Amino acid sequence: MTGVPGMPRTGPNLDGDLERIRSDFPILHRNVGSAGHEKPLIYLDSGATSQRPLQVANAERLFVQTSNAAVHRGAHQLSEEATAAYEGARTQIAGFVGADPGEVVFTKNATEGINLVAYAMSNATTAGDDAARFRVGPGDTIVVTEMEHHANLIPWQELCRRTGATLHWLGLTDEGRLDLSALDEVITPRTRLVAFTHQSNVLGTVNPVHRIVARAAEVGALTLLDACQSVPHATVDFHDYGVDFAVFSGHKMLGPFGVGVLYGRRALLEAMPPFLTGGSMIEFVEMAGSTYAPPPQRFEAGVPAASQAVGLAAAVSYLTSVGMDRITAHERMLTHTALTTLGGIEGVRILGPTTTQDRGSAVSFVVEGVHPHDVGQVLDARGIAVRVGHHCAWPLHRRLGVPASVRASFYLYNRPEEIGTLAEGIEEALAVFGTRKPNPRPLTGKGNDGPKRTATCT
Amino acid sequence: MHLTEEHQAIILDHYRAPHNKGLREPYDAESRHFNPMCGDDITLRVSLEADADPAVIHDVSYDVQGCSVSQASVSVMTDLVIGRSVQEAEELHTEFASLLRDPLPDSLPWPPHLADAVAFRDVSRHPARIKCALLCWVALRKALTAG
Repeated sequence: MTGVPGMPRTGPNLDGDLERIRSDFPILHRNVGSAGHEKPLIYLDSGATSQRPLQVANAERLFVQTSNAAVHRGAHQLSEEATAAYEGARTQIAGFVGADPGEVVFTKNATEGINLVAYAMSNATTAGDDAARFRVGPGDTIVVTEMEHHANLIPWQELCRRTGATLHWLGLTDEGRLDLSALDEVITPRTRLVAFTHQSNVLGTVNPVHRIVARAAEVGALTLLDACQSVPHATVDFHDYGVDFAVFSGHKMLGPFGVGVLYGRRALLEAMPPFLTGGSMIEFVEMAGSTYAPPPQRFEAGVPAASQAVGLAAAVSYLTSVGMDRITAHERMLTHTALTTLGGIEGVRILGPTTTQDRGSAVSFVVEGVHPHDVGQVLDARGIAVRVGHHCAWPLHRRLGVPASVRASFYLYNRPEEIGTLAEGIEEALAVFGTRKPNPRPLTGKGNDGPKRTATCT
Repeated sequence: MHLTEEHQAIILDHYRAPHNKGLREPYDAESRHFNPMCGDDITLRVSLEADADPAVIHDVSYDVQGCSVSQASVSVMTDLVIGRSVQEAEELHTEFASLLRDPLPDSLPWPPHLADAVAFRDVSRHPARIKCALLCWVALRKALTAG
């Protein structure tokens, strides 16, 4: 795999290497904006999707140009090379997250990985006794948290609807942490599965995996960890965490779109019924019925996204070459700078923890009196890409009492100076849209020849 | 998103001093419309002139939670439709929506009868924001259809 040959590891964070890293990401050197208003891009939306280094694009291109073939099919050399590249990618990615290769199922993305487990649990109802521990029904509960991304909420709502089980959830403290005081009441012997995020995509909150897994183990519940926002940013070890399942997406960790991973403990994957069925996932097929391949193939029906898996492995090489510890340290520095700089602006409210303790680099905030779209518009005019809206976490925003927010999310390629530009943009949004109102333009009422009412300004 | 200064000024005027804002009684129909992408939310009430045939819009009142574009758009819309027939309001909606979705060349002006709605012309270059400008119009159509 490509990686970053000779990348010096000079210190605990990325100082000195930052510009070299940035040179691997051509997109970071483009300008954005309409003609005459171009600004250098400041990309603060890696929580939605990260940018890709040349090394990843090159790995995909090399595969397509030299070894492109359908994996696990055919006896020709290209197919063998493609299969070796695809399985090599699996091994490398497994090592990156503390898993065995046979425990890594390639999916389209994390969303598909969660749905795979949810539908497999439905399918367990009519599967053999091996699948008994995946069955759920009336009286059983599925537990999530109030900070979940919709991808880790709606599949469980639907599983409950299909099976008659009940959805329960852990609430939040006002600081944006899980309220663990109710842990034992929410996770009970009737709980079949606890699905929770490792790191909130809105609040940045890092949840205490070991503690939740320990409670789930006490009552015999399965666990599923949404690791979309942790795997790209910190060293993770699924074996150490003791989780039963975990998911993450390639495109948030410098990899391509269209490839993600479902991790499952080997013994569980061996007992779990399939979700998608068809080619590649079979053992023996007759017209009247079939038996299925062992995992992970059982869960990879159809020709898989091999070039994307190869690209994701190249992303893992890249991250490893830079060093996950240094990436984490760099992001902590950026997060600290953002929390203090933005938190110091009058009218800005940070959502979630206000220190870097057990906190990742997604920094969401609301600007008093200014709709997030308007903040986003002002920032976009300055070349700054942020996420605005509810970030696929509507119930979380409801809990925080805000309809939507602005999110700046950082990655290894962000410069600390970019946070200063962000702060200037927020100040401008406050001046333009905030409550410090200049006198309005005289109203002409042109075009309205009907009855005119007095404006009711509130 | 980049707005020309002139258009931004019109939007800010309506945003800071919205016309016809608030929910009023009595009314003939009420609707609520959301933009699930950003959580914007409008509740809109329509009252019709008594005994007018064809039906004429007497008042449009509303409560909106949204960005400057969606707030200004409903203010502009009430100016345009109050006192007009339901049929005319429907035609204005169709005309406004098609100008946003299928923009005129920059050299051509918008029809003058759209008045301050011209401020949303720049929004047509930003597909994600067209929904903000149309939020209120869809709510109005819902209310008129329900009524």
